[in-house]
Amino acid sequence: MANVTLRNVVKKYGVLEVVHSINLEIADSEFVVLVGPSGCGKSTTLRMVAGLEAISGGEVQIGGRVVNDLPPRERNISMVFQNYALYPHMTVRENLGFSLKVAKQAQPVIDDAVDKAAEILSLTPLLDRKPGALSGGQRQRVAMGRAIVRHPEVFLFDEPLSNLDAKLRTQMRVEIKKLHQKLKSTIIYVTHDQVEAMTLADRIVIMRDGHIEQVGTPLEVFENPLNTFVATFIGSPPMNLLDAVVKDGKLAFSDGTLIAIPPGYSLAEGQPVTFGVRADNIMPVGHALPHGEHMAEVEMEVNLTEPLGTETLLFSVLAGKEVQAKMFNPRPVQTGERMTFQIMLDKCHLFDAETGAALKR
Amino acid sequence: MKRLKLPPWLVLLLPAIIILSAVVLIPLVFSLYSSFTSYRLTRPDSIFNWVGLFNYEKAVTDVKFWAAFGRTVLLLAVALNLEMLLGLGLALMVSKVTSGQRLLRTMMMFPMMFSPILVGFQFKFIFNDNVGLVNNALQSLGITDQAIPWLVDGNLAMFSIIFAEVWTATSVFGILILAGLYAIPRDPLEAAKVDGCTSLQSFRYVTLPFLMPFIYIAMAIRSLDVARAYDIVQIMTNGGPARRTELLWTLIGRTGYVDARMGYANAMGYISIFLAIFFTVYFFKKLTQSRRELGMGA
Repeated sequence: MANVTLRNVVKKYGVLEVVHSINLEIADSEFVVLVGPSGCGKSTTLRMVAGLEAISGGEVQIGGRVVNDLPPRERNISMVFQNYALYPHMTVRENLGFSLKVAKQAQPVIDDAVDKAAEILSLTPLLDRKPGALSGGQRQRVAMGRAIVRHPEVFLFDEPLSNLDAKLRTQMRVEIKKLHQKLKSTIIYVTHDQVEAMTLADRIVIMRDGHIEQVGTPLEVFENPLNTFVATFIGSPPMNLLDAVVKDGKLAFSDGTLIAIPPGYSLAEGQPVTFGVRADNIMPVGHALPHGEHMAEVEMEVNLTEPLGTETLLFSVLAGKEVQAKMFNPRPVQTGERMTFQIMLDKCHLFDAETGAALKR
Repeated sequence: MKRLKLPPWLVLLLPAIIILSAVVLIPLVFSLYSSFTSYRLTRPDSIFNWVGLFNYEKAVTDVKFWAAFGRTVLLLAVALNLEMLLGLGLALMVSKVTSGQRLLRTMMMFPMMFSPILVGFQFKFIFNDNVGLVNNALQSLGITDQAIPWLVDGNLAMFSIIFAEVWTATSVFGILILAGLYAIPRDPLEAAKVDGCTSLQSFRYVTLPFLMPFIYIAMAIRSLDVARAYDIVQIMTNGGPARRTELLWTLIGRTGYVDARMGYANAMGYISIFLAIFFTVYFFKKLTQSRRELGMGA
């Protein structure tokens, strides 16, 4: 197993720079998820680690060894691809054993490794089938099996679950997590799905436009987003953001609504800020969870409801912006109904109105 | 008087039936029939002279026929394999070219644009022992001081014909294999790289299996072409010297039109057809099999 270090890594296609000087330290046996919207450079970064894309600048180290100029086969990595990338003309057994075969391992060694991997991923009954005769989830398991057979130092996953249906995705997510606990290997996992990122990662790396926006544990990035992008990208539904100005020691929204400043912030009079609150922290009176001592109240009209069972999502508009709130122990709500909402100020965030960077408490 | 009333399905099919019988059925039946007669073009009434299996017996026991048959199989085997290997190499190189690939692809097709008759004349000149390009070049370079009898010596003549054949048709393989290279999905190749393949191993284990269907399609098309080879040989050597380059169809053509023994020629033709059918069926079987291996269905 090995740690992975990215130092000032740059990717350019001609003059177009798509990854801008990225720095990242991944510890041995850590599960790191790169997450971000499409085109943010996360897959490109992963492919540079794999050796499938040339590195235009900077340095990638695997296990303390600079691998910039090494071909993939000398980097001791395995990769699971989005489209499985199985060899269609080989059986599952041949697919699994292929890397050992080209490494000229003895047949008993190959058989042994294949049987073990098949055991771990419950592929044993499928060993003599061809990929064409497998379902999507089975193919994905074969792709994972192919990766673990080699005992690589680092596993790379490139959006491995995005071709599966929702139910299977949840199931495979659990399997991947179990696999990591069993193998204790270093994993770099790319996804655009923040739920996958939250559930799998030891640490999440949030990327946008070829930059790293924030690195942290799932709870860190959820509770202390460094900027409005992370705040809206991580968590579902996305954090509500409202423009506000400090007025007479309170926050004033553009429609004149006033609420108290969340505790711990010191702001100047007249300072423009962006106020952020998650749906979990804005709840109609009488349908709220136990909360802290700092509260604010606003009145809003409900435009739309999304019943989810244990809670109902309420869509309203405050100061010209859509606000999503959660109603716990829900009762039926008519659209157009006016309700009073409690905001848990302790859990709210303030960001710089111009840069979007989080303000310090 | 009662008018003849045909059923509607027959009326609707009649144009197709008429055209098919005029173009295919009647010539087929006529030639098959004539192969059982001693039909000679110079004596039309001999068409009614039924001789039974005499022509077939004669062909089957004729050494010249079997020599031509064997030579055709040899030409097929050598030319197809050479064209496949060269075409594969050509396609692999062209696929790596980053700029001007379109132009190169067009240029690859040039040899296919010439009539085989012209190609025959061209190579007849190139390999001519007195004024030919090859001998002139060899002599000017001091490699030999003799005139090499390219088209006069039996073995060299066969070589020259294969050379011309390969020159015209390598691009058929080249183009089809190139299409195959474009169709290979990128993922398995990348997976092979990560799995530790050298480029040679990637080619052997991933690229080549993906190319096999395309190679077999090219083989099937070309085997039909080569099995009926006539024009290039007719022009370059006329089957000579001393029948050393006689192929099935030059022999059949000569027997039918020069010796005017059409009945016998047709009998040989019907035997020869099986050669083409055999190769086509063989390559189609291989094609289906290689497609099934790739999970592309039958």
